[in-house]
Amino acid sequence: MLAIKLAIKNLLGAGLRTFLNVFILSVAFVVIIMQNGFIQGWNKQARTDVIDWQYGEGQYWQEDYDPYDPFTLKDAHAPIPAELEQPRSEGQIAPVLVTQATVYPEGRLKTVLLKGIDPSQKTLEIPTKKLEGAHELVPAILGSRMAMNIKVDVGDLLLVRWRDANGMFDAREVVIAGLFSTDVPAIDLNQVWIPLNDLQHMMDMGNEATYISVETELLGNKDLPGWKFQDLDALLYDMDQMIKSKSAGNAIMYLILLALALLAIFDTQVLSIFRRQKEIGTFIAMGMTRRQVIGVFTVEGTMHAILALIVGAIWGAPLLMKLKKTGLPMPEGYDQMGLPLSDSIIPAYSLGLILFSVVVVTITTAIVSYMPARKIAKMNPNDAIRGKVQ
Amino acid sequence: MHNNSIIQIEKLVKWFPVGGQHFTALEDINLQLKDGEFTGLVGPSGSGKTTMLNIIGSLDNPSEGDANVIGTSIKTIGPKRASELRKKHIGFIFQTYNLMPVYTVFENVEFPLLLLKMTASERKKAVMEALDWVGLTPKVKSKPNQLSGGESQRVAIARAMVKKPDMVLADEPTANLDAENSHHILKTMVQLNKDLNTTFLFATHDDKVIKYLRRIIRLEDGKVVSDNIIKK
Repeated sequence: MLAIKLAIKNLLGAGLRTFLNVFILSVAFVVIIMQNGFIQGWNKQARTDVIDWQYGEGQYWQEDYDPYDPFTLKDAHAPIPAELEQPRSEGQIAPVLVTQATVYPEGRLKTVLLKGIDPSQKTLEIPTKKLEGAHELVPAILGSRMAMNIKVDVGDLLLVRWRDANGMFDAREVVIAGLFSTDVPAIDLNQVWIPLNDLQHMMDMGNEATYISVETELLGNKDLPGWKFQDLDALLYDMDQMIKSKSAGNAIMYLILLALALLAIFDTQVLSIFRRQKEIGTFIAMGMTRRQVIGVFTVEGTMHAILALIVGAIWGAPLLMKLKKTGLPMPEGYDQMGLPLSDSIIPAYSLGLILFSVVVVTITTAIVSYMPARKIAKMNPNDAIRGKVQ
Repeated sequence: MHNNSIIQIEKLVKWFPVGGQHFTALEDINLQLKDGEFTGLVGPSGSGKTTMLNIIGSLDNPSEGDANVIGTSIKTIGPKRASELRKKHIGFIFQTYNLMPVYTVFENVEFPLLLLKMTASERKKAVMEALDWVGLTPKVKSKPNQLSGGESQRVAIARAMVKKPDMVLADEPTANLDAENSHHILKTMVQLNKDLNTTFLFATHDDKVIKYLRRIIRLEDGKVVSDNIIKK
């Protein structure tokens, strides 16, 4: 208690020096929370979006399917397993047949993935209802980024060329029945969605699919003959790795910031100990043990972190709350990176994140405060009283 | 230890290592101080006054011999026991006052009582009493940088006296003061010595201080050359 009382008095007495240290440390606090908040927010948003739009709660992959190898698409198709017919009729699965194709918007050529999806599916957020109903031509829906890239709009015709099951090229026009906006590029960029039946017919692959997204746990999520089940851990593995790598990058950033703030505190402590050696000698002469004096200086340094927490809360909390409301707008072209990013990232601050930041900053501040304070133990009090310690 | 003896020094030697050799600061000192003395260690710079004061104040240890201070051997004392001795029984007054610059007068005087873990009301009462002794009650809320040299030294006296120690060690307490302030300070200390029977031991070469001493121990080159009781 005595150490805390003395530390508060000394900190208040040090005025501007204390304020500057506290302010810099508060910046470190707020930036650490903000950066981690954005990472968590992006993580949360990205996971939610890819689950809602792309993966459902898991996928059955035809055993030859490899999403990273387009050459597998030729053989990666098989009849939808009979075990999944019942859930299919209830809209609990979304079978998708995939093939490579070329579109010719305004005479230009663009390679795309032509995907057939069940218009009645309820598993994914893709608005496949727009594919329902009678159409003179095959209806297609596109993501808004894709539509913007190839400069098409609802009602436009688009020439599509593909190879059927026998390797024969075929082509026809599809009509753009609708556009949708999604943050998941894998659903949007270079994707053309048409009804599953139409693509099966075009490809001569009756009742076949390449992968099947499922809405709920089906059949214990076990593999089926010719189909491998991919759970969310497997499906989200790459994204999790990317987020981990991004987190590590950000950790370096905030460690640098924290190091700068801690260096300022370390310097202040070192200066304090030499500037206040008479005070230290007097403390000892009045009956404080060296350990008590070290305690006072360590607590005094650590109090910077406590004050920084308060100052950070005063100016940082409104800023963080505002960012939570408005989000951080992403720069132009971010959607070309292939990452599931929305127009603005909404940060997510958890109690754990805040506690973690508080504990890390407080402990590191205590350590850098203690290190120079140890020199007190080596001081000769007689020299200290006269200010003679070099 | 003899009756009423507060300090008993026997065959005390203190040397410091200097450039691979020993510099002897005190040599074969034998002294005894009784309760309530108003005594000065007098001598030129380098005569060993401050070294002796530091050993008596348990801020330093003897190289040989021993000093027994309030029943405690300084030769064998550990750091914890030395802190206890200073905290409870000894007050210090320094040449440069050594007040805490960020504390008010009240807080400076209160500090030794915080170490003694007294309650807030006990501390307040004792601090106000001590400030009354030195005539600084109106300056209770001032900071050291708002005080004159004389006032600062009076705060230091109040700080040394507030816990009513058995002994006050004053190292050149008037060295930074003019004649008028020096006399004022010394009269205050004489009065406190009388009223509270606190032993005062000075290290000084200031004639203004010497005039007030009742016993003068002269040191030269680390040796006691005379020890005289002054009859007043």
